[in-house]
Amino acid sequence: MQGMEISSRNLEAMSEPLRPKQENPRDFLDTDGLLAEDEVMLRDTVRRYVGDKILPYVGEWFDSGEFPHKEVSKAVGDLGLLGMHLDGYGCAGSSAMMYGLACMELEAGDSGLRSFVSVQGSLAMFPIWAYGSEEHKQEWLPAMAAGDAIGCFGLTEPDSGSDPSSMRTNAKQDPGGDWVLNGAKMWITNGSIADVAVVWARTDDGIRGFVVPTDTPGFSAPKIERKVSLRASVTSELIMEDVRLPSEAVLPGVASMRGPLSCLNEARFGIAFGATGAARACYEAALDYANSREQFGGPISRFQLTQQRLVDMMIQVQRGTLVAYHLGRLKDAGTLGPAQVSFGKKDNVAMSLRVAREARGLLGANGITTEYPVIRHMNNLESVYTYEGTNEIHTLMMGQALTGHAAFS
Amino acid sequence: MKVVVCVKQIPDPADPGALDPETRTLKRDVKLILDESDSYGVEMALQLVDAAGEGEVILVSMAPNGERSGLATALAMGAASAILISDPELVGSDALTTAKLLATAVKDQGADLIIAGSESSDGYTGVVPEQIAGVLDLPSVTAAKSIEVDGSSIKVQRQTDGGYDDVTCPLPAVVSVTAGVVEPRYPSFKGIMAAKNKPVEEKSAADLGFDASQVGWAGAGQEIIEVTDAPKRQAGEVIEDDGEAFTKIVAYLENMKVI
Repeated sequence: MQGMEISSRNLEAMSEPLRPKQENPRDFLDTDGLLAEDEVMLRDTVRRYVGDKILPYVGEWFDSGEFPHKEVSKAVGDLGLLGMHLDGYGCAGSSAMMYGLACMELEAGDSGLRSFVSVQGSLAMFPIWAYGSEEHKQEWLPAMAAGDAIGCFGLTEPDSGSDPSSMRTNAKQDPGGDWVLNGAKMWITNGSIADVAVVWARTDDGIRGFVVPTDTPGFSAPKIERKVSLRASVTSELIMEDVRLPSEAVLPGVASMRGPLSCLNEARFGIAFGATGAARACYEAALDYANSREQFGGPISRFQLTQQRLVDMMIQVQRGTLVAYHLGRLKDAGTLGPAQVSFGKKDNVAMSLRVAREARGLLGANGITTEYPVIRHMNNLESVYTYEGTNEIHTLMMGQALTGHAAFS
Repeated sequence: MKVVVCVKQIPDPADPGALDPETRTLKRDVKLILDESDSYGVEMALQLVDAAGEGEVILVSMAPNGERSGLATALAMGAASAILISDPELVGSDALTTAKLLATAVKDQGADLIIAGSESSDGYTGVVPEQIAGVLDLPSVTAAKSIEVDGSSIKVQRQTDGGYDDVTCPLPAVVSVTAGVVEPRYPSFKGIMAAKNKPVEEKSAADLGFDASQVGWAGAGQEIIEVTDAPKRQAGEVIEDDGEAFTKIVAYLENMKVI
């Protein structure tokens, strides 16, 4: 008894200096405290850009199925976000964590915006930077970093999605040394607006990457219409009919599936952050709505069912944020494995889709219009769930890491 | 072209904190950010240096608690260096003391031009730029919406109620800049990284030749004696529409001389 009294007195004495600050509904666990000052500054800058230049307009872009790629490309180039985690050649040389934080804020705006930046930096610039010749790097990277040139990445085909090594696109070298490229790629973000495509093709020496200027004869990139997801983003087919390229168009640094898969690994890392940004935007929209929407004589946020929904959303968003930040630190330490990236991509995207749907429900009828961001995010996230490794493929990658058995080969 | 920009770091207006009931001034023990109204001056200064093709932008700021995060934002935008007047003794300084301290720090810089925001977004005294000009005995141009350098003078468009005045003024001069007249650039990633290595020179009141009796509460020539809530808006006049309400509304508007 006596001991208990002492400890409760001690607690009382300690409670004053240790009194926690009030929880912030928008960052309940104070995850900002895990970030360095310059990381917060970059994050806040991207958040401000998205708030000023994207959020007021993106609902209309989504409605009309347009994406003002020239303006956006230049603006994010000026911010230094294109290929920001790469070094040299006009790239900013940031940490992986900062790249992730930028993705989080961009996707809190729209998954299409984050896709544009992911594809440019992680899928088009990264292979040129990692596997390209000095000439490739000099020719493309500075212009792509500045947003003056746009890139795309051709791996997926109409009949070759989760199993990319079954690709049919092929490149044959003629006796003069030129490569001749034939085939079709599908679901290519930025395809119709790209100045350069990094196209992966089957050759006699294995899977090789080719740097293809999109004005090369025989290359075309028709836009895929009738999407109900990622409408503020350009998605295309790439058609290559006897596209003749000089011998130096091939990426010299890699001749296997390791090439394209390493690019995907970069992009997936950004998605673990980005999807969490979209989830946060949905949760915050739901919170604001619940506090302002009045029914039965007061805000609906006073109802138990609404509070349960808000708390569930908040917990999921905060957990996803912690996972993303942890992956960021691992990547900067150089120890992040591909199956750990799968953890972040799979779980944070699935989480964000659940949060978006919950928020959609909470907004009632208003949740179905693009006046509010929620259904736009919800529809976008259906694409994010599928691309860059489907939810199922990431499950199997982690399954393989757990058991040693590859269930998908 | 050397341009000094006076900037203030203020509590985030999105999370403004509270008034100290004792001093009736804003509590400033929270994280401070760059006053948005100063970002226009920083942008204008950066554009002038860009246009001149040479020179630099130097920031001068005063913050009793040594806060630098607002300066970091302006350095990340492109300013070259900063002088931070920081000293616990400075708490309670009034506008004139602030102007004297800023002016003293500015004086040694050999600036061609000194820019400041017209008024801060927390204190709103709106007199510091003119007081700096007074202390330094320099010409003062207020409410600039654009500045153009022409040799050893500037052409300034001064915002007025009806339009703008064209003003010419010899350099060096102090110009206050109206909020919203330019679009401040976003700090780029490279700017944010570079800002970490840009020099911020801290100076105390004593470094600037002021003793404790001249600054802070002791040196303040003004005192806030009362703070009251803004009067509640009076209930408006209600006109019941009996089918003729429009005539009453028209009569009301005619009476106001708006139609």
